[in-house]
Amino acid sequence: MPFTPPSVDDVLAGLISRFGSLDTSVNRGQTRVVVPEPLAFEALAWLKDQGFDLLVDVTCVDYLEYKSAKHRYGLVYLLASTATNQRLTIRVFVDDPDPTVKSVVPLWEAANWLEREVWDLFGIRFTGHPDLRRLVMPEEFTAHPLRKDYPLQGRGERHNFPVITRDHS
Amino acid sequence: MAVVHTNSPGRLELPENVVIGRLDSLANWCRKNSLWPMPFATACCGIELMATGASKHDLARFGAEVFRFSPRQCDLMIVAGRVVMKMLPVLQRIWQQMHEPKWCISMGACASTGGVFDTYAVVQGIDRFIPVDMYVPGCPPRPEQLIQAIIDLQDKIQREGTISGREFDTAGRQLRKRSLVEIANPLSIDASRNPMMQRELAAAADAIAGRN
Repeated sequence: MPFTPPSVDDVLAGLISRFGSLDTSVNRGQTRVVVPEPLAFEALAWLKDQGFDLLVDVTCVDYLEYKSAKHRYGLVYLLASTATNQRLTIRVFVDDPDPTVKSVVPLWEAANWLEREVWDLFGIRFTGHPDLRRLVMPEEFTAHPLRKDYPLQGRGERHNFPVITRDHS
Repeated sequence: MAVVHTNSPGRLELPENVVIGRLDSLANWCRKNSLWPMPFATACCGIELMATGASKHDLARFGAEVFRFSPRQCDLMIVAGRVVMKMLPVLQRIWQQMHEPKWCISMGACASTGGVFDTYAVVQGIDRFIPVDMYVPGCPPRPEQLIQAIIDLQDKIQREGTISGREFDTAGRQLRKRSLVEIANPLSIDASRNPMMQRELAAAADAIAGRN
């Protein structure tokens, strides 16, 4: 008899019965759930208990000047179950002036650098993160360059270095 | 045993296998034929750089095949690929760690101008921050182009090089050297027993007097 994993729909039904009405959609076989920011940590913890034990990615989208967008930033949590090979996308929307969400490092250690990267490039603050430093940009960098209102060519940071000529070397 | 023949008074005829030349020229000849590259390879240009050193293109034909990963052992920095602003302080430090005389080749569009990466994180040409002797166009350049740049650099070393490195001297460099002597505190060093230091201090005093 072939192995039939429990469907994502059952997990979704449990999620909705526990956390109230949630906006769900399916795109190309991928189920997506929008969770309000205050419930995000509890919902993710509950999903981990339901078997979504692998955090594949944490990333972010800036919806500045995006048609029909109601919020500025959309955080994306990609979850997977190593037992049933199912995947689930959780979306959490946050807004200016201080976009903040609770860190999921207590749930998944893998979130450590992922959240640092999102903080570095989008400026989303993760409360409870053990070490929220920049990951890819230099430490002295002040902006969050993947925000849509940051100019592509920067604000002059790349020119702000001492010049070494033959006189100095 | 060498014998000096004189056919006529005042004219010196050299024995066989004796060549007369300037010492600068001899030093340049040695230097240009044993360039030791420092491969600062950050992108696809680095692959072409490796191909240049490998058997098919064989950089050893031009005496520049000894790639060393310690800047202390190199005299030719080849910057192959884009340099991001987080990497630039490293590039500058490695350049400063290399011994004189030293030269720099900026290989490819990215190292020379930033290339297509006109973004907040990519340095728009390393020559804004370190001195560059040769630019190699291309994206990435073929090994033949890099070899041509090395041959041109050899030509430049032969033409301009001096054993004392005077070709690198600029007005600012001279000034800096003098000022280094000026700021040395004479009270902290006993110059009375060091004739060389006395001469240097006297020369520095003359230079200061001459400038004032």
